[in-house]
Amino acid sequence: MSGFTNLNSSAGYSQNSTPNGGAAPHYQNGPVQTYPSMYPPAGYYGAPPQQQGYSTIPGHAAPAPNKAPVTNNAHSANYYHNNHQQQQQNHLPQHHVAPSPYSAPLSSAPPSQPYAALPSAAPPPTNAHYNQQPFQPHPPYATPGSYYGQQSYHPSPAQQHPSLVPVTASGPGAPLYPIVSYPSAPGSSQYGTLSSSQSTSTPVGIPTQMVGAPLHQYSAAPPPSTTAVHPGYGVGPPGQMAPTVVNGQGSTAHNAVHQRYTQSHQASLSYDSYSGVPQSSGGADTDQPPSGTPSTSVHSSPGHHQGGDTSSSTTGSASPVPNSYDSLEGGSYPDSMPPSNDMTNQAPPYGSYGYPSMQSAYQQGPTSHTDASPSHDLYGQSSYQQYSQPFPNLFQLSAALGGLSGVPELEVEALRPVNLLQERNLLPPRPLEPPEPNVSSDLKKVNCSPQTFRCTLTSIPQTQALLNKARLPLGLLLHPFRDLQQLPVITSNTIVRCRSCRTYINPFVTFLDQRRWKCNLCYRVNDVPDEFMYNPVTRSYGEPHKRPEVQNSTVEFIASSDYMLRPPQPAVYLFVLDVSHNAVEAGYLKYFCESLLENLTKLPGDMRTRVGFLTFDSTIHFYNLQEGLSQPQMLVVSDIDDVFIPSHDSLMVNLKESKELVKDLLTSLPEMFSQTRETHSALGPALQAAYKLMSPTGGRITVFQTQLPTLGAGALQSREDPNQRSSAKGVQHLGPATDFYKKLALDCSGQQIGVDLFLLSSQYADLASLACMSKYSAGSVFYYPSFHYIHNPAQLEKFQKDLERYLTRKIGFEAVMRIRCTKGLSIHTFHGNFFVRSTDLLSLANVNPDSAFAVQMSIEDSLADSSLACFQAALLYTSSRGKRRIRVHTLCLPVVNQLSDVYAGADVQAITCLLANMAIDRSVSSSLSDARDALVNAVVDLVSAYKSNVSNLQQSGLVVPTSMRLFPLYILALLKQKALRTGTSTRLDERVFAMCEFKTQPLQQLMRMVHPDLYRLDNLSDQGALHLNDTVVPQPHLLHLSAERLSRDGAFLMDCGNVFYLWIGKCCNEMFIRDVLGCPNYASIPPNMSHIPELETPLSERVRAFLDWLQDNRAFSCTIHVVKDDASAKATLFQHLVEDQSEVASSYRDFLQHIQQQMSK
Amino acid sequence: MECEFLSVCFYIAIILFLQIIAFDELKTDYKNPIDQCNTLNPTVEKVKKIKRVKIALKLVLPEYLIHFFFCVMFFCAAEWLTLCLNLPLLAYHVWRYMSRPVMSCPGLYDPTTIMNADILAYCQKEGWCKLAFYLLSFFYYLYGMIYVLVSS
Repeated sequence: MSGFTNLNSSAGYSQNSTPNGGAAPHYQNGPVQTYPSMYPPAGYYGAPPQQQGYSTIPGHAAPAPNKAPVTNNAHSANYYHNNHQQQQQNHLPQHHVAPSPYSAPLSSAPPSQPYAALPSAAPPPTNAHYNQQPFQPHPPYATPGSYYGQQSYHPSPAQQHPSLVPVTASGPGAPLYPIVSYPSAPGSSQYGTLSSSQSTSTPVGIPTQMVGAPLHQYSAAPPPSTTAVHPGYGVGPPGQMAPTVVNGQGSTAHNAVHQRYTQSHQASLSYDSYSGVPQSSGGADTDQPPSGTPSTSVHSSPGHHQGGDTSSSTTGSASPVPNSYDSLEGGSYPDSMPPSNDMTNQAPPYGSYGYPSMQSAYQQGPTSHTDASPSHDLYGQSSYQQYSQPFPNLFQLSAALGGLSGVPELEVEALRPVNLLQERNLLPPRPLEPPEPNVSSDLKKVNCSPQTFRCTLTSIPQTQALLNKARLPLGLLLHPFRDLQQLPVITSNTIVRCRSCRTYINPFVTFLDQRRWKCNLCYRVNDVPDEFMYNPVTRSYGEPHKRPEVQNSTVEFIASSDYMLRPPQPAVYLFVLDVSHNAVEAGYLKYFCESLLENLTKLPGDMRTRVGFLTFDSTIHFYNLQEGLSQPQMLVVSDIDDVFIPSHDSLMVNLKESKELVKDLLTSLPEMFSQTRETHSALGPALQAAYKLMSPTGGRITVFQTQLPTLGAGALQSREDPNQRSSAKGVQHLGPATDFYKKLALDCSGQQIGVDLFLLSSQYADLASLACMSKYSAGSVFYYPSFHYIHNPAQLEKFQKDLERYLTRKIGFEAVMRIRCTKGLSIHTFHGNFFVRSTDLLSLANVNPDSAFAVQMSIEDSLADSSLACFQAALLYTSSRGKRRIRVHTLCLPVVNQLSDVYAGADVQAITCLLANMAIDRSVSSSLSDARDALVNAVVDLVSAYKSNVSNLQQSGLVVPTSMRLFPLYILALLKQKALRTGTSTRLDERVFAMCEFKTQPLQQLMRMVHPDLYRLDNLSDQGALHLNDTVVPQPHLLHLSAERLSRDGAFLMDCGNVFYLWIGKCCNEMFIRDVLGCPNYASIPPNMSHIPELETPLSERVRAFLDWLQDNRAFSCTIHVVKDDASAKATLFQHLVEDQSEVASSYRDFLQHIQQQMSK
Repeated sequence: MECEFLSVCFYIAIILFLQIIAFDELKTDYKNPIDQCNTLNPTVEKVKKIKRVKIALKLVLPEYLIHFFFCVMFFCAAEWLTLCLNLPLLAYHVWRYMSRPVMSCPGLYDPTTIMNADILAYCQKEGWCKLAFYLLSFFYYLYGMIYVLVSS
């Protein structure tokens, strides 16, 4: 039970929902009783904004007269119960209801309803708004109900097909209801049937567990993103989701994604696709309830129904979609899921979750599928089982907790005080999952994926005073252009936005009635345009709440010409290559040319794609690649003080037309400069030339630089004093030496040119200055210290892999990103690579899928008048295919007024990353020691604030809430990072590069860099293993980063984000060495081994499956280093063991003691 | 003597006021920070569309110079008390200019950081404080001038 508590409200719901229970009640009530009033609220989101829900909010409860006092949890629990029974009995209602699961969670009303059973009571809470007269609840319901009812039953038996579930909605007139409900409905129905079975419960349980279990993550993830998202993303379903909203025009209703396809498929397709989605999810569900629930994607349900049953149909439809998307997007995502039949079974699980990155998490889903995997039992089932029966208890419990103003039990768990000085084993067995916002389950289902959008506090404090009291930073971590396997793409003549704040319509808005919606950010009431009344998914009119925009928190719109300042630009790439003697020595040119030749056709773009090349040493060389020439012509400009462009139209050429010439050039380029003796580098003038070349079109400049620029504008001097590398005092020169590169970047940004920098330098090259060219033009920086093609094969391999990803990854041009948030919140500071155009607007000349942003927020006005806070990030960009697109992510979080709730919802990883960003800023603007002190103070502040405000236990020692138990460890790890460490010899460039990484890496990646994951590999067991397709992926437990965890007879894998270290102990099992490394014994392992041979032994297969799985969702593939116990390379591994003492840094225990001393001061 | 100060002081107050407005515009009106910093920093700029803005806003440095000029004149006139009142501000101006971000042209404001809430708030607060200071000194000079006129 306890597990449930916090999350539980959601969890509770989900379960219930599954069973139908949750949903059922609504419907049932609704139809039968005074439906209308009730209905609306539940209906949709309506209720949502404010009441939805949250149990957390004490005030909330109030609305429902009877129930009010009860905490949400209680509600949910009861609710469900009732529902269950009722549902089963009354199937008819269910259908509608099914959706209801969502609805229930959404509005406060639902709770009341369930209990009361009297809808009438419920409505009030949600507010008058809801009364939707327009709707005729009864009729629609009835029909649907019957409809559903049947379906629902089917599904349950069929369980296998998730798709079934979704089915429900379409048929019925239900239109009025929010889409959401539909999906859920199906799910619920399934579940309902299933309910008896554990599986149903499982899902629920999972969410609740949030806390530690890795699995949880998965589950958690899905819920937030919610159905809508998942489906969309969902692997399996890929196509399906594509929530194509077609233009209002009937026929067109096809999916945007499909657009291309559409022509033929059209409506039918769209349906299928949708349905398909659900199916997949459903499939997942069947075995695993959790996934299933989410799966109940909105879309699917209605349309689906019919087709839904046959999985095959789904798949078929689905398959086209993904492809279409890819083709549309241009960005190739190699892994994009081929929708194959096979997929249906396994893929679906993924699919449902949708997020590619998430896969790991998802995988579990699959696991469960194939067999009742242990994992299931552990997480989901167990919880479930407990759950299912205990409802009543739960209820009571929650009621008892009422005094806590609805602090869910989960929160209680998250708040359990942990004495850091006593508890040694803090790490969860699997990588930490993000906490799940404590919102109602239907909101959870639609909420944005934590991979895309994450907030440091998943419960937003009501006032700045409360925030200050908590001593935690409030901020967002965004990864807006992440590679998604499923994404609803919407084509519509009118993009529905709030008239006053321009917010895009999203799943968290409230529909007051059929013609009006209330913005969830500024609370303005807007009209629903006519076109929006038509739902292309169901091909029905009058269901604005079922449109994909309202069903998915991540959607992409195809923008009209209103969103263009000029015609969309073509993809334009300019490569600026250093060909000085130093560069030739390093030998990167050959590998660059090879890689580009290989990937020439994979460069994102269309028929208009243009490329150009420019090389420089002490002069600048242009290449005339005009079509028709027999070979490339080199034009040399030696006047670097006043750079001019020798020819205007032949230097940037159409890739298609001049492909042969480009290939010629790339083949001959490495040879051309092999004899060069020129040692100077005129980078500044070359960049000026590049700027002039690109300014008419905009595009991407890729700069390869191997040394300090020495000539012309932008020349730099060496500022690093090698003797100061290990100085403990402070580090100078973290800021730029000149503003030349910054100004250039700003000019570039103004002309929509992004500059990416590859620095391959063995000497100091003043990255602090050079990086400015990328920092302010939204580019990315790559750094390969000591790059040499012979002497440093590891760097070469990394360079090649990075380059391949870099050249083929998606790209968006002339982009801007605006972040809007609920009235009362404001943006304080942005972190990342971009130019800030306005308080909430970032100008991104280029946007790439691998960079992330962090945003600090502040609370300007009290948020007391709403129970939910929403954040919306809208990224407007031109795809490489010349389409103007808007990608919109919306995140919805509860607002709380209790400090304990704030702590319960704290996301320790997000907080660490945000603090890291702030520390980087501080170290540049002030000093490194200041930044380090600030980090330590963050821990001290938290512990003292918690001690004085929340924990009433008079414990001595360091007490922190469970949710923050890893905080001191992460901060200590941060202090030992290259970017922030002192005392250890660190080259200035490497330090600056580490800082750049902190600013731009997505959270998951960053956390692995800060606090690597350590696993023991020599005793892999199948316990808890994932079953993906045909492979078994073992799931070893995480180990603390301490040398005491390493043993001589073991083999350990350390996952540092972009590199793996495989440490082999001296007495390591010979079988492991033989089976995995292919060496007869320890002594024969070569010192610089950097790959794992593909051996046919079961152990090797396990290890490789695990490694592949770890790499699965990473943008840049990792290199692996085999480290022997006695090798000197050991030092590189041991520097990551952050809990241990080093010559200059304290151990974890010492650090805790230091904190304690600071507190007592 | 006082007369000149009076008018000049008034002029500075206006500059300051417009600067504050400019920052406010930046904060609320979505003005492009590059343009903003170009107007505030004394760059040799293309002609601005609005002449008034051009005159009034591109004068961070002129403001400093005029204030410096004041102090020199007070010094020459042996107005020790007045000079003492102005010295802290002079010192602040020197410090402010010394600690400006790295840039190749004169000026104080960096378009890449100006939107940072802390910096923007700081600039605004600075503007208001200085505006108050200049207005007070305006009345003080006015009083001084009338006193001199009457007593002579």
